[in-house]
Amino acid sequence: MNRWQYVLARLLQMIPTLLVILVLVFFMVRLLPGDPATAILGDRVTDEAVERLNRQLGLDRPIPVQLALFMRNVAQGDLGTSINLKVPVSRLIAERLPITMGLTLYAGLVAALLAIPAAILAALKRGTWIDGTIRGFFQVGLSLPVFYVALQLLTVFGARLSWFPVGGIGSSFGENVYYLFLPALSLGFYLAAMLMRNLRASILEVLTAEYVDFARSKGLQPRVVLASHVLRNAMIGTVTLFGLSIGRLMGGAVITETVFAIPGVGRLMIDSIYGRDYSVVQGLTLAFAVVISLVFLLTDLVYTVLDPRTKMA
Amino acid sequence: MATTTVPRLRRARRVVPRPKPTLVIGALLMLGFVTMAIIPGAIAPYAPNEFDYGAILQAPSAAHPFGTDNFGRDVLSRVIWGARIDMQIALFTTLFPFLFGTLAGVVTGYYGGWLDAIFGRIVDVVMVFPFLILVIAIVAILGPGLSNMYIAVSSVGWVYYARLVRGETIVQKNAEYVQAGKVMGYSPSRIIARHVFPNVVTPAIVYLMTDMSLGILLGASLGYLGLGAQPPTAEWGVMVADGKNFMTTAWWISTFPGLVLTLAGISFSLVGDGLADLLRPKS
Repeated sequence: MNRWQYVLARLLQMIPTLLVILVLVFFMVRLLPGDPATAILGDRVTDEAVERLNRQLGLDRPIPVQLALFMRNVAQGDLGTSINLKVPVSRLIAERLPITMGLTLYAGLVAALLAIPAAILAALKRGTWIDGTIRGFFQVGLSLPVFYVALQLLTVFGARLSWFPVGGIGSSFGENVYYLFLPALSLGFYLAAMLMRNLRASILEVLTAEYVDFARSKGLQPRVVLASHVLRNAMIGTVTLFGLSIGRLMGGAVITETVFAIPGVGRLMIDSIYGRDYSVVQGLTLAFAVVISLVFLLTDLVYTVLDPRTKMA
Repeated sequence: MATTTVPRLRRARRVVPRPKPTLVIGALLMLGFVTMAIIPGAIAPYAPNEFDYGAILQAPSAAHPFGTDNFGRDVLSRVIWGARIDMQIALFTTLFPFLFGTLAGVVTGYYGGWLDAIFGRIVDVVMVFPFLILVIAIVAILGPGLSNMYIAVSSVGWVYYARLVRGETIVQKNAEYVQAGKVMGYSPSRIIARHVFPNVVTPAIVYLMTDMSLGILLGASLGYLGLGAQPPTAEWGVMVADGKNFMTTAWWISTFPGLVLTLAGISFSLVGDGLADLLRPKS
């Protein structure tokens, strides 16, 4: 199987999972306690208003018909309309998903920049105070809640020192690198801690491998051995961990975006829950599942590039 | 008793390593938090929701070591009472996932077949969601609050245990001691309960400790977002949220609960790591 056939096969494999999710998301709104329309509108509305909304949402039809209509609409890219914002949900997602993806990737980058040098240093200085300090620092990082780090960074570097803006986003790429630095740092810190631990352990393991001894005995420079023999092999597991963590990062973005008032899909999700805007919650749940599935696929592909021995099946 | 000789022999050869100092520190801290959770009234100088309008937004002092909040409530006392809620969160977000997930993992791993296929599909579906997003989506349906949060976390969290234990079971089910059990004519349920289960449960127990640390952080995060414990409950995440508007004027309201929350997370994960080192046979 070549790489493109593999991608195609994997995309096809995603279909049944996504169909199940589609059905679950459909029933999400139907599972609301009591009448969905009343749940959306609140108690103090007329019967006509409830009836009108029911008709608008298609809730007056039999469930199988509703499901079929829902599937058809989703297939056509129609995820319904936000009740509060009066905008199609698909447009909302198209506008705000890039912001969250940007923040997530930024956080991943920050995490990698923190973790990789720290892990190399800790592994090479194994057992010394340098190793101990680095491990202790990241051990704390593993238990620091994202909302707390975000709030403290915002207060100290935003409000008190005014080095960074206290929230929102900029209007250009350059501005956003600046605006989203604190959010990305608070979001990426946890991942940095996980990556550091994982990569340090892999480097230590690889350092004992025979091919490393061989490379050294060939007289290769330590720097070359480290870069092309040790790191390349140690990174394989870390890349997988990184890909699997993107989901957690996107989840964390809900919190970061709330603290820093960033108009991404995470904050939209929280606002929609409070605003009982269920078509938006539905659409976002679906969007998250699709994005994560694609990220997992991408992770597997990167894996096969890093480790060509991997069978594509 | 003949069947127990094989594991006994293995156990005898394994040298039990001494617990690392980090495990001891973690366990002591954990003990402290559990004590706070059981008898907060005996430790805390004030009641958690005792308003004192004469002592609003006071900085840390001898009378109020962690200061007071905007209702004059003693932050230290609320932090101590908060242990009760947050330890409860650690327990209730992990207990059902551990029990059900382990059971599901060992049964589907051992039998395979259609049951395994169905569970496999459920696991696939859950795994393509960010955990927090899925929990938030379920809380959105059920409504905010602690009990609904437990339901939401439990209905998702078992998947991770099931995956872990299923993998272990598949490895173990072809082991010689299982074959021996079959030859002896033991029923599948006896083989699962008495032979396979003890050999696959260790990773789940190790993960349980880590999961408790994650559970505390998750519960506090949902509390912060307003989807978990509700004010005026003294829960660490809720308390951080309570103080967020006073960060520049009264930093202590949010800062102390957050630090204690972090400390609790550290203690559980130190115990988790320490247990992993002790229980996992070195290969």
